[in-house]
Amino acid sequence: MSSVNSGYEGGGRTRALFSGLGAIGRVLSMVAITILGLLAVTFFISRVVPIDPVLAVVGDRAPPHVYERVREEMGLHLPVWQQFAIYVTNVLSGDLGTSVLTSRPVAQDIARYFPATLELATLGTLIGTVLGVPLGVLAAVRRGHFIDHLVRVVGLVGYSAPIFWLGLLGLLVFYANLGWVGGPGRLDISYEYMLTPVTGMVLVDAALTGDWAVFRNAISHIVLPASLLGYFSLAYISRMTRSFMLNELSQEYIITARVKGVSEQRIIWGHALRNALVPLITVIALSYAHLLEGSVLTETVFAWPGLGRYITNSLQNADMSAVLGGTLVIGVVFVAINILSDLLYRLFDPRTR
Amino acid sequence: MKEQAPLLEVENLNVRFHLRTGTVEAVRGVSFSLGRERLGIVGESGSGKSQTGRAILGLTPPPGEITADRLTFDGIDLLSIPRRQLRNLRGGRMTMVMQDPKYSLNPVMTIGDQMIEAYRAHKRASRKEAREKALEMLEAVQMRNPGRVFSLYPHEASGGMGQRAMIAMMLVTDPDFLIADEPTSALDVTVQQEVLRILDRLVAERGMGLIFVSHDLRLVSSFCDRVLVMYGGKVMEELASGDLESAHHPYTRGLMNCLPALEGSAHPLPTLRRDPAWTE
Repeated sequence: MSSVNSGYEGGGRTRALFSGLGAIGRVLSMVAITILGLLAVTFFISRVVPIDPVLAVVGDRAPPHVYERVREEMGLHLPVWQQFAIYVTNVLSGDLGTSVLTSRPVAQDIARYFPATLELATLGTLIGTVLGVPLGVLAAVRRGHFIDHLVRVVGLVGYSAPIFWLGLLGLLVFYANLGWVGGPGRLDISYEYMLTPVTGMVLVDAALTGDWAVFRNAISHIVLPASLLGYFSLAYISRMTRSFMLNELSQEYIITARVKGVSEQRIIWGHALRNALVPLITVIALSYAHLLEGSVLTETVFAWPGLGRYITNSLQNADMSAVLGGTLVIGVVFVAINILSDLLYRLFDPRTR
Repeated sequence: MKEQAPLLEVENLNVRFHLRTGTVEAVRGVSFSLGRERLGIVGESGSGKSQTGRAILGLTPPPGEITADRLTFDGIDLLSIPRRQLRNLRGGRMTMVMQDPKYSLNPVMTIGDQMIEAYRAHKRASRKEAREKALEMLEAVQMRNPGRVFSLYPHEASGGMGQRAMIAMMLVTDPDFLIADEPTSALDVTVQQEVLRILDRLVAERGMGLIFVSHDLRLVSSFCDRVLVMYGGKVMEELASGDLESAHHPYTRGLMNCLPALEGSAHPLPTLRRDPAWTE
């Protein structure tokens, strides 16, 4: 608006563009520093843990000269800071190293495993948000009544029940006994190789190619683990929504709306929730980021080939390139989600513009 | 003007809050009636002056309980009226301006949108008509550039501007009755006068009934026709503004004496002596 009124239309726009570029530059340099710091910490931790990556490759019966040669091939004889510099240079050129465990480039592995996690986490967060926010609102509005207590109990169970136990129980009831859902894995064996990966997310790929049989099968597999993760984020999101809503409903602008004779529904959903959404963005983003790290337990129970399971397996096998690569991806995801929630903040809160 | 039934009749109004720690009686047996005139309610913090206003609008917060022998607006019994109709009265025919526009305006909606909402809650009108009406109203509260104020968010407006926008919003439906609850207490002294002048003019032009709630005795007596002095939830005294000097009640006299004179030294400043017997 300011550029239109100023009369210096071109100048205003150029200035806006430059300030935009400046902001982007600031964000990018901050991202770079964050990721570098994350890599450094992970790298040095990986070098001080008492597991020997050389042994992981050659086995503990290899003769000393073989051991030494492999050690040199892996660059482990160099000073640590030099090793780190080499690693960062490689990463910048897109080389995350080779996994000892799968003998494939780590980048390729991650391209395979991350979409599975992304798919599961996105669906889980969607379920948690779509159900959690309205439940939290209702709990706040009907404070102290039945629905409030119900939401609290549901949240408490969500917080305290071990997820692997709920997962096994879910599989037992809905898969083994009732047969309502698909079992572990992303697809039935018979569908497994029918799909050419485009995004790596089975649901998206199936929809893109119009293969609805695969799509339905993928849904039947993902619905149980996604609901489980969704339940956990629901527990968190509904509780936070409740407290944000209670805070907003006690504000004076709510009285103003009542004085104006605005309907109660509009006061709740249009005024209070609209304001509560601002802090809620952070909560939902955090819960999403948390799921994107890969939920090791859920992925293990449901044989879900996701990032969490990949990193855990790699760690247990001293596969440091894979661990570092996975950590890097998680770091990038965290930063990306933070940037996204900042942008949403600007959208929802005029005071931050 | 022909004699008509009063706009607002309040008889023996009580507001109680039943809390876990006991019952708080915020308003106790308040009675008054109001025509299309200006009534000031004065009192210190906790005297029940604000709760009296809220009770009339049916906005007493949840654990509160209202009882009255009579509480009518234009002959309509506010105690037995269905909630929906009460909501139609509220904002449509009776309204309120609160203390601080910083808190009483919704921070994530533009002033214009909030005004349109107020108008359309009561009148069948397109967004465009509502917008015209809102701009007209913003002009009536002497905004220099109504179009700009219309598209501002509350945090972008100054205190005086925000309060004038608030007044514009609350009067956009042409109500008959306004409660102004400390409308200038949060503003700079320099803009207080301006806001009061605008309020004064609008109330006079539209022939509205006004309850002006304040702790400022002098301000209220200069602005209103009559003054109700409250203490501890009870009315201590009701008098015409002109008769303030001849007030009888010791509490009112005490308040008057506490006003420091500009001329001459008055050390030590007198303090207010409160008698527990007043609230018995």
